[in-house]
Amino acid sequence: MLLNIFPQKSFGVSVGLFILLLIAPAIIPKFYTYILAVIFVTALLAMSLNLVVGHGGLFQFHHGVFYGVGAYVGGLILAKTSLPWWVAFIAGPIAAAVTGFLIGLFCIRLNRLYFGMLQISLGSLLWVIAFRWYDLTGGDDGIHGIPIPEFISSSKSSYYLVLIILCICLILLYLILKSPFGSALQAIRDNPERCAAVGINVRRHQLAAIVIATFFAGVAGILFVVVEGSIFPELLFWVLSLEIFIMCLLGGWFTFAGPILGAAVIVSLRTFVGTYTEYWTLILGVILILLIFFLPEGLMGYNFLAKFRSWSKRAAASSVD
Amino acid sequence: MLYVRELKKFFGDFKAVNGANLKVEKGQLVAVIGPNGAGKTTLFNLICGQLQPDRGEILFNGEDIGRLPPYEICRKGIARSFQIANIFPRLSVFRNVQVSVLSQQKLSNRLFQPAARLAVESTNRILESVGLLDKKLDVAGSLSHGDKRILEIAIALGNEPDLLILDEPTAGMSPEETSTTMKLIQRLAQEQGLTILFCEHDMEVVFGTAQSIMVMQQGQTIIQDLPEEVRQNREVQQAYLGGE
Ligand SMILES: Nc1ncnc2c1ncn2[C@@H]1O[C@H](COP(=O)(O)OP(=O)(O)OP(=O)(O)O)[C@@H](O)[C@H]1O
Ligand SMILES: [Mg+2]
Repeated sequence: MLLNIFPQKSFGVSVGLFILLLIAPAIIPKFYTYILAVIFVTALLAMSLNLVVGHGGLFQFHHGVFYGVGAYVGGLILAKTSLPWWVAFIAGPIAAAVTGFLIGLFCIRLNRLYFGMLQISLGSLLWVIAFRWYDLTGGDDGIHGIPIPEFISSSKSSYYLVLIILCICLILLYLILKSPFGSALQAIRDNPERCAAVGINVRRHQLAAIVIATFFAGVAGILFVVVEGSIFPELLFWVLSLEIFIMCLLGGWFTFAGPILGAAVIVSLRTFVGTYTEYWTLILGVILILLIFFLPEGLMGYNFLAKFRSWSKRAAASSVD
Repeated sequence: MLYVRELKKFFGDFKAVNGANLKVEKGQLVAVIGPNGAGKTTLFNLICGQLQPDRGEILFNGEDIGRLPPYEICRKGIARSFQIANIFPRLSVFRNVQVSVLSQQKLSNRLFQPAARLAVESTNRILESVGLLDKKLDVAGSLSHGDKRILEIAIALGNEPDLLILDEPTAGMSPEETSTTMKLIQRLAQEQGLTILFCEHDMEVVFGTAQSIMVMQQGQTIIQDLPEEVRQNREVQQAYLGGE
């Protein structure tokens, strides 16, 4: 019943990939297991962003803030209180969603770019708090060595936790996207004026989408704490928000799974190139410019097959001449 | 059903609508005519909430709807099409109409139910009645101009409106398309008992279909009456029909 709403072909591929990822930690070195876990966390973050960017048409420029809020709230509960661990896992995403609601409430009144600009300013306030409130947040150093519950503290067990939660979240996001709510959200992206004229309360609908997206960002935030065992202000810094925005654009922002691909590419680049250069943001900028000019719909949005067919047809036609 | 009294809307110093009066009774087919820039589109935007009036009142079923946002006016039972095709270009034809049907059935906020299984029958029925059923899987943005205009009407029908407002439904259409579209509109009015308010430049079309005609000039209503009376009116002949 539930299964047959997933597209048959990609369903097979996804299941195959999932099985591959299940056995991966047994084969690959520990470091790559860790990198994969980071990719999963980032992929969830990018997927949550794409709900409002690619499918909602909102200029959510500072999505990293909600990831940071989820990580900080969860991380601080684990590090500074004696509350049971699951409180952190629930409080992180909820705090992110509440922050998303409050910031969204202000921003949603503005259109397009102004929405994004106000979000950057409000988000930066939270970054300043994380950066300056030394007693609580550890300031610019952040907090390291956060105690993670034993059953998920090894690199393998945290890998599996992240993988399973990622899969659950992807299924939920897919269902949301295919639901009437998601359908209306995409219609708003295409034509907000017309949506209002068919009886949809556009701003309320967009705000609801922001709350959902920021909740999932908060889930990614708490998973980050599990994988890294630390929190630091860069989680709320605008560079990270730019990175995940580029992940959506790069992977294909009108596709469902595009941001996962984008996250895999950017995280790999950051890991293997970013450590050798101080110019990481410059590289990001160049990627962004190349994307806008050559791949405006991203890797998955680009119809390679059609291009190849028309290219081979042209080649065939010219060889006939 | 709909009363518009002394409605005014200024853009700065410019009086786009300056004393419009209109009366639409249930079941009627009412036309608004007037030269380019007379304020017809602005009047429709005021009725449907895209614009807020500066003066005057708009009563729909006895209730003043002049200050309501578009989505609430739609929920009260007024749906509209736009002069310039205003569709969801990335979505399929089916989904274009389904969006308004789902909204009408108050299902737009459902989160974990596949939309593909909801409101399918009603959506297909509307597509069939306007003749777009065989194109239902096409991406709306790829339709021909004429089909986009029809889709425009189909989206409005998805709201099951009490009053349907059409802004130049045949704009940019070929003569054949125009006549099929007008037949479609007449059929909708007869079969479904729809009340329709539309504006149109083609005089033949207007006098051939409307039961009541309102004439606008420079934002003002000159007259609203039966087609014969409007045709006889000297002021209208001078101002608009050019001594026909
Ligand atoms: N948002 C706006 N700001 C300023 N002027 C406007 C605005 N909208 C419309 N106008 C002006 O108001 C006048 C009436 O426009 P409107 O579109 O209502 O005319 P119309 O009767 O629909 O004409 P047409 O037959 O060409 O569609 C026009 O002169 C137009 O330039
Ligand atoms: Mg007009």
